[in-house]
Amino acid sequence: MVPLNWYLMLSAVVFMIGVFGFLTRRNIIIMFMSIELLLNAVNISLVAFSHYLQDMRGQILAVFIITVAAAEAAIGLAIIIALFRNKDTVHADEMSEMKG
Amino acid sequence: MTNLTGFSMPDLGPVMPEIVMTCLALLILLADLVIKRKETIAFLSIVSVAAVTYLLVGSTGITFNGMFIADNYSLFFKLIFMLNVVLTVLISVKYIAIEKVNFGEYYSLILLSTLGMMLMASAGDLITLYLGLELMALSTYVLAGFLRHDIKSNEAAMKYFLLGAFASAFLLYGTSLIYGLTGTTDLKAISSYISVNGLSGNPVLTLSMTMFAVAFSFKIAAVPFHMWAPDVYEGSPTSITAFMSVGPKAAGFAVLGRVFMTAFGAARIEWTGILIPIAILTMAVGNIAAISQINIKRMLAYSSIAHAGYVLLGIIAGTSEGTASVLNYLFIYAFMNIGAFAVVIMLRSEGFKGDDISDYEGLAKTHPLAAALMLVFMFSLTGIPPTAGFMGKFYIFMSAISAGYTWLAVIAVIFSAISAYFYLRIVMYMYMKEPKAAVQLSVSPGIALALTITVIAVLVIGVLPSKVINVARIAARF
Repeated sequence: MVPLNWYLMLSAVVFMIGVFGFLTRRNIIIMFMSIELLLNAVNISLVAFSHYLQDMRGQILAVFIITVAAAEAAIGLAIIIALFRNKDTVHADEMSEMKG
Repeated sequence: MTNLTGFSMPDLGPVMPEIVMTCLALLILLADLVIKRKETIAFLSIVSVAAVTYLLVGSTGITFNGMFIADNYSLFFKLIFMLNVVLTVLISVKYIAIEKVNFGEYYSLILLSTLGMMLMASAGDLITLYLGLELMALSTYVLAGFLRHDIKSNEAAMKYFLLGAFASAFLLYGTSLIYGLTGTTDLKAISSYISVNGLSGNPVLTLSMTMFAVAFSFKIAAVPFHMWAPDVYEGSPTSITAFMSVGPKAAGFAVLGRVFMTAFGAARIEWTGILIPIAILTMAVGNIAAISQINIKRMLAYSSIAHAGYVLLGIIAGTSEGTASVLNYLFIYAFMNIGAFAVVIMLRSEGFKGDDISDYEGLAKTHPLAAALMLVFMFSLTGIPPTAGFMGKFYIFMSAISAGYTWLAVIAVIFSAISAYFYLRIVMYMYMKEPKAAVQLSVSPGIALALTITVIAVLVIGVLPSKVINVARIAARF
């Protein structure tokens, strides 16, 4: 059996990759994908804890997270499309209408 | 109720306002298909809020196995949210017609966002908290980008969305750590597990509390997680800026208070250590950055950041008096901030943006009443008696002093003196400069009503503060 620690390390590593990707990449779509990585890292650790503790709450929350992530993807992509129609770019550094 | 398979129907009484709110928000979405006059939709949304408020007062209790708590604390916050909706709808009616986004979805999104806030205020479990937070946030992202053909609004929605989603991932990681540590997501059970097992000082607990602090700081726009606020406040439709500066901020404080006081009550020393630097930085950056702004929405964004810093003092105090002062402050803040935004909205007319501070030059000569109202709100935001803003700050600082944080209160007073510079600059522009060009005010019955409510509330609470603070004191015992 795979020990709990391995799952937690996997989750932490995926979370770190997500944070790093979000902070360094400048393409909005890739930043958006990094957020999905963050959420799935959380799902890994929740399901691992849930199995380890023999408790269903973690899995319930994981299912909710998947659902909310789907809604978030719909709204996020809609916003990206609205922006793209006006500006023809998905590059975060070019979003500089407002500064200060 | 039958109990054949071990399933029993939970008591729906406490959750009734939320159920009614959901149904009414969806009904308004449908009504939009058949009703062509959007003012009617606005009126319907105010009626629904009135119905929900009527239900709110009678429904208290704990249901869904402690996942949903309707107590006086959540009731007070929900009243702030209801007030926020009514005032926002009143100032929106004419404004969204001028901006040519007069759609019915606007009102139903406002109601759904408020539903999310209500769930947050009542959350007794981290799962409910997350779902409420996401419902609130997702609706607000759409509202921020509601001016679909305006690039600033698109950009505001994009920035708000990316950073908001990033923050909620932190909230979830914190939740998963706390779940692994304590084996539960119920706030009361987490609290008793921490105190029974003496976990305060545990590194995992501290890490998880830091994650929660990060996520909630994003929602209340506290430094160093405030970067989105100025851009989002500037780009969003002004009515939504008013809505966002009160609703999500108050909801953020509702969960901040409940999670940190209830679940992490045993680890108070650790989390005050996290929150004190955040509060000081928030007051410093908010007040100092506001000085150099030339756009009034941006200035009010930094002002709302600074106000989050003051309110954090009440949470840091950790006493029930501190919580009462937080509730009191947020209630007053709703009036004075939406009032200020209502004046900003009046300056927006067909073909004239009216969101530069220089547009206020000589307003007292051309429109004396509007200038006088702005004067009252600016005095109140500064905290000058006899306005409500003074009483709000007074109770916050008093609670910090009586909890032994005199030095923190002194810092807050110094920063609030700095804030006088940029608030009173508007007053100076209005009263001591000559008008550049004739500014056209777009007045409507809705905005007039909103301004009347807010200005009366600001002045009356400023003179007779005891009613509100006494109700807040009752609500603070949770």
